[in-house]
Amino acid sequence: MAVERGTQDDSHPRLAPGVRLHFDKARDGWVLLAPERVIEAEGPAHEILRRCDGKRSVADIVDELATLYVEDRAVIEGDVVAMLAELVAKRLILNGP
Amino acid sequence: MTQPLGLLAELTHRCPLACPYCSNPLVLESRTDELDTATWSRVFQEAAAMGVLQVHLSGGEPAARRDLREIVAAARDAGLYTNLITSAIGLDAVRLAGLQKAGLDHVQLSIQDIDAGSADRIAGYGGAHVRKLAFARHVVQLGLALTVNTVIHRANIGNTPALVALAAELGAGRIEVAHAQYHGWALRNRDALMPTAEQVFRAMEQVEPLRAAYSDRLVIDLVVPDYYASQPKPCMGGWARRSLNVTPAGRVLPCHAAETIPGLEFWSVRDRDLAEIWSQSPAFQAFRGTEWMREPCRSCDRREIDFGGCRCQALAIAGDAREADPACALSPYHARMQDLARPVQHDAPLTYAYRGRPAA
Repeated sequence: MAVERGTQDDSHPRLAPGVRLHFDKARDGWVLLAPERVIEAEGPAHEILRRCDGKRSVADIVDELATLYVEDRAVIEGDVVAMLAELVAKRLILNGP
Repeated sequence: MTQPLGLLAELTHRCPLACPYCSNPLVLESRTDELDTATWSRVFQEAAAMGVLQVHLSGGEPAARRDLREIVAAARDAGLYTNLITSAIGLDAVRLAGLQKAGLDHVQLSIQDIDAGSADRIAGYGGAHVRKLAFARHVVQLGLALTVNTVIHRANIGNTPALVALAAELGAGRIEVAHAQYHGWALRNRDALMPTAEQVFRAMEQVEPLRAAYSDRLVIDLVVPDYYASQPKPCMGGWARRSLNVTPAGRVLPCHAAETIPGLEFWSVRDRDLAEIWSQSPAFQAFRGTEWMREPCRSCDRREIDFGGCRCQALAIAGDAREADPACALSPYHARMQDLARPVQHDAPLTYAYRGRPAA
């Protein structure tokens, strides 16, 4: 089993196997579905997660969100890295090289 | 009223294994009474429409259903996160790949112990363990998410850390270390399954450092044993609050063991829409919320945290499903529950009552 690396600018995050984004029609919102887990993923969380495709780097995701929200890049970077680190710790996101 | 998040779909009670800790009822529903593919498909659509997000395809052994692939496809078509709970028996690599193509999201595999001799004895099925290990490798090779579920009891409790190591070695992303819960066959076999308090506390202590040790590859979820607890679990997240269970014949239950409670009226998906059953069926209404509670639950600060614990355990030990779960230290029956764990002869040979087999 590969040991996971931390969340860095050049890492390429992707949803772990068995994890997917789903639009919950009954509650009218996005959720992240995982084994025995349902996590709300509205607004910025959804914008980050839908870009975790293993192709974009963390830096790419930060750039896109900074444009989307017209916000200082450093602020966005802090939020993105914090959220990804939390999801990596829960094994919901994997960081590829 | 809350919307349910999870549906346990018991596709069949048929199972090649006969695990003595099985929580299925002592009298099983027969194959001829099982719901057909089209009815399951309708149930999945109704479940999704009322807010269910995840379906757990369970049994018995779901692979005993020849239409499992169609059932998986129907669940995904309804938009549900589709989890297969399996013993691996009856699922080869080809059939598994078919389930993946049909949209299966996740596989939960039972593992009984670390060595084949003990594991097969627990399962009551020769050759099961080797097939399970091969199956786990197929799951991971296909890129499917794998959870290993291991039920902990007296015969394997000493191997808890080794079971975690085995799950990691197999490439599972998650392990459920589930201390046995005593319903159905497990209640029948309680004396042979119950570990000592020392064994339980040691096994629980052993798990904690493993969380950090395996944090880069494996999530460890621990289901703590009720018989040595002082606070009850919020069984099912509260009766009729978060999930529902459909039996092979189509009866809709608030929990897996609810049929053990006398006097409850269960409705069937053969006769009614799932949403109507959720909101109005007498069995769901019986213990929904907090109105039904007696003391010590009624005035307890934790009544909306644990919802009084498990109704079936209250019935089994306190003799009435309206009592507090005797796992609670505030229950007048708490000492009785502790006594049930204590007098067991822990060095006695492990003799199980197996479903469908003559008594030893």
